[in-house]
Amino acid sequence: MPNITRRELCPFVFLTHLQTNKFKTATLRLSLLTQLSRDTAAKNALLPRVLLQGTANHPDMAVLAEATDELYGANIEAKIAKKGEIQCVSLAASFVDDACLPEGEGILTQITKLLGEILLRPALKDGKFQAAYVDGEREKLLDEIRGRINNKRTYALTRLAELMCDGEAFSVFRLGTEQEAETIDAETLTAHYRMLLASAPIEIFYSGTAPADKVADALAAALSGIPRTEPDFDLGTDVRMNSLEPQPRYFTEEMDVTQGKLSLGFRIGSAMEDPDYAALRLLHYLYGGSVNSKLFLHVRERLSLCYYASSVPELFKGLLLVASGIEFDKYDEALAEILAQLDAIRNGDITDEELNWAKKALITDLRMIADEQSQLEDFYLGQTILGEDGGPEELIADVERVGKKQIAEIAAGLQLDAVYFLQNAGADGNPPEEV
Amino acid sequence: MEKKIYKTLGETLYTAALPNGLTVYVIPKPGYEKKYAFFATSYGGADRRFQQDGEWQNTPAGIAHFLEHKLFDTEAGNALADLAANGAQPNAFTSSEMTAYYFECTDGFEENLKTLLSFVSTPYFTEESVAKEQGIIGQEIGMIEDTPGHAVYYNLLKALYANHPVRDMISGTVESIAQITAQTLYDLHRAFYRPGNMVLCAVGDIDPEQVAETARAILPEEYHASPTKDYGPSDTMPVIQARTEVAMAVSQPLFLLGTRVPPSEGGQAYLKRELTGHLATQYLAGKSSPLYVRLYAEGLIAKDFSCGFLSGLSHAITEFGGESRDPDKVLAEMQAEAVKVLSAGIDESRFIRLKKATSGQLIRGLDNVENLCYEQTESHFHGASALDRLAVLEAITSADVLDFIGKHLQPDQFALSIVRPL
Repeated sequence: MPNITRRELCPFVFLTHLQTNKFKTATLRLSLLTQLSRDTAAKNALLPRVLLQGTANHPDMAVLAEATDELYGANIEAKIAKKGEIQCVSLAASFVDDACLPEGEGILTQITKLLGEILLRPALKDGKFQAAYVDGEREKLLDEIRGRINNKRTYALTRLAELMCDGEAFSVFRLGTEQEAETIDAETLTAHYRMLLASAPIEIFYSGTAPADKVADALAAALSGIPRTEPDFDLGTDVRMNSLEPQPRYFTEEMDVTQGKLSLGFRIGSAMEDPDYAALRLLHYLYGGSVNSKLFLHVRERLSLCYYASSVPELFKGLLLVASGIEFDKYDEALAEILAQLDAIRNGDITDEELNWAKKALITDLRMIADEQSQLEDFYLGQTILGEDGGPEELIADVERVGKKQIAEIAAGLQLDAVYFLQNAGADGNPPEEV
Repeated sequence: MEKKIYKTLGETLYTAALPNGLTVYVIPKPGYEKKYAFFATSYGGADRRFQQDGEWQNTPAGIAHFLEHKLFDTEAGNALADLAANGAQPNAFTSSEMTAYYFECTDGFEENLKTLLSFVSTPYFTEESVAKEQGIIGQEIGMIEDTPGHAVYYNLLKALYANHPVRDMISGTVESIAQITAQTLYDLHRAFYRPGNMVLCAVGDIDPEQVAETARAILPEEYHASPTKDYGPSDTMPVIQARTEVAMAVSQPLFLLGTRVPPSEGGQAYLKRELTGHLATQYLAGKSSPLYVRLYAEGLIAKDFSCGFLSGLSHAITEFGGESRDPDKVLAEMQAEAVKVLSAGIDESRFIRLKKATSGQLIRGLDNVENLCYEQTESHFHGASALDRLAVLEAITSADVLDFIGKHLQPDQFALSIVRPL
């Protein structure tokens, strides 16, 4: 059984500590939480990358890489996650657990110290980040933002979210916009860094064999002097209960693609007033979250309307999305059938077998979280942001209790807000405006 | 079963060699929810010509991959669906030298294992299902050919190998798979899917003896020798084509460059060569190398740059790749660096740090259950055990790495493959 504790180390710095001897790796991830916004998302995405270019004591990447090689090839990387309308700006370390190293060669304290140094004592010049680091990383970030069109499958989903939630913070891409990124320089990034460091709540997650006190002590030393002057109390996600307009909005765009990408966006609706996350997850598994789901078995396998069709939950924001790949001329049929499968759930047309398959698949995935440290990190960060207590085991117990009626009721409240179709450039005819 | 304890790694390896020739490995992982089984044959996309019962056979490109797809068919239906219905997440892949079928699950391991062993060892093909699959894979081939990552990889192999079948796409072409019939699939299954040519590896909180027992109960009892394989005449020229370029829908040029390395001997020599090649490529261009830091600062490479050594049974290459606005410049810098290292020698303190980092990565890699099964199986086909790598690493010297760079990473041995934007 996992031994998990949570404590506040200093104002708005929280440590979630998972003691386990299952792994040979220990992980330590430090996340600054901030409100997702069109004006700051790119700066937030750029910040940890610039921090990893060098510190006061390890002034460039070569020296920093030497230090991590010396620590048995420890890995420290930047991670940016979007959880609803909260952007999580992380430095994530993974390294050999002290229990697997010769006596006296433990590295936890050194890694923690290095992580604190990267966050608090960057390589500055005249009180600012070095222009070469900022410029170099900004160009790479821009390449990545522009490169999001390379993966058509994910592009069709992020583009749907962008169009559907136009005017809401959720529409902002995880890494921010090109427009914002282009304006960043050493001066603006440094100012933003100081503001973020003073205001952002910090969530730290550790997993490994070290006891909580030892990790807390190492962190307290590494983070001493952290400015905690203007804490941001108001982080949160605005959950819209209804679709934007009375009728769904339809969007079509063209690109050089070999396969059409059809995405649907639903507002979960009234179920978000007092969300039952176990039931919401189960609805997703039943509808399109596993190989025995309705979308997979009916739309893909039985009717061969899609190359792939699955649902994608955005529980932080109260959305359920559907992603599919189709032949260009199958638009009408595929859309109708994807909606028909949801209607079936709404009408309570759920067999015992389907419910059991969905429960089994969801419970298996929840149990497996305990075997992957990156998933554990992500799970507990998500729970914190949702304001939920408990680990995967508690969620499993809740899933066991969910019945068909409850799922049908949630499904009945879903509102189709937007449909997005990515089709081939110069394709004949446009899909109809409505179905 | 034979039990070997790796004290410094904190792992135990159970091994059984069954009379039918199958090797069973089990690595227990107490406390893990996930149970994983991996059943693989030493037969892949590059194994197209072989000798069986005294006769040489030539088979079309893509047939190993085609066989992998069709093997899930059973007389009663489909093994993929059976495994999924029993709570397992099944999958399979075909590489140039291996075809593997595997699943992960939390409950019902025993039953899933029986299903896995039974469908892989019991072929069921019909002309209708083969014809249907030709259509499906035909479409898939079209999509794969459209993928920049595949194009850049195969174009490098074509630039390094004139004859070796590894230069052809594992999935074959629409024309080559059109030659496949149910009978050819049965013949190939008989040649390569006998227990003597296969390995079963299981990892998780499971009983080793039970795994071996299940394998004994399900699989055929008799032993058959594996076919002899042939890959055509060896290449003698340093490279076939020094530079190859195609245009595709990418936002930035994608490149892969590398050198051809003769395949190594088996056993501990294989592990030594694999790790030496890894250290050599990392020393030259890994994340803590002066070359990487310089190219990164100049904006010639980005975080997606990676390098490594792929060491197969019949072929091996060093590779360096990623996105770059000027791949030719990256190549020139790489060649110059190799020459420089060869004349200046290896910096001993950097080399020791690199070994330390590699040892940490080997230890942490043991947490990755899927990868552990794959590496243990791959090592087995080379007559070695992946768990011996840490000990082998200790004995590698800077002279070994310098020797590798001198023999296999010299300027005239490099080929460069580029996919540039349209």
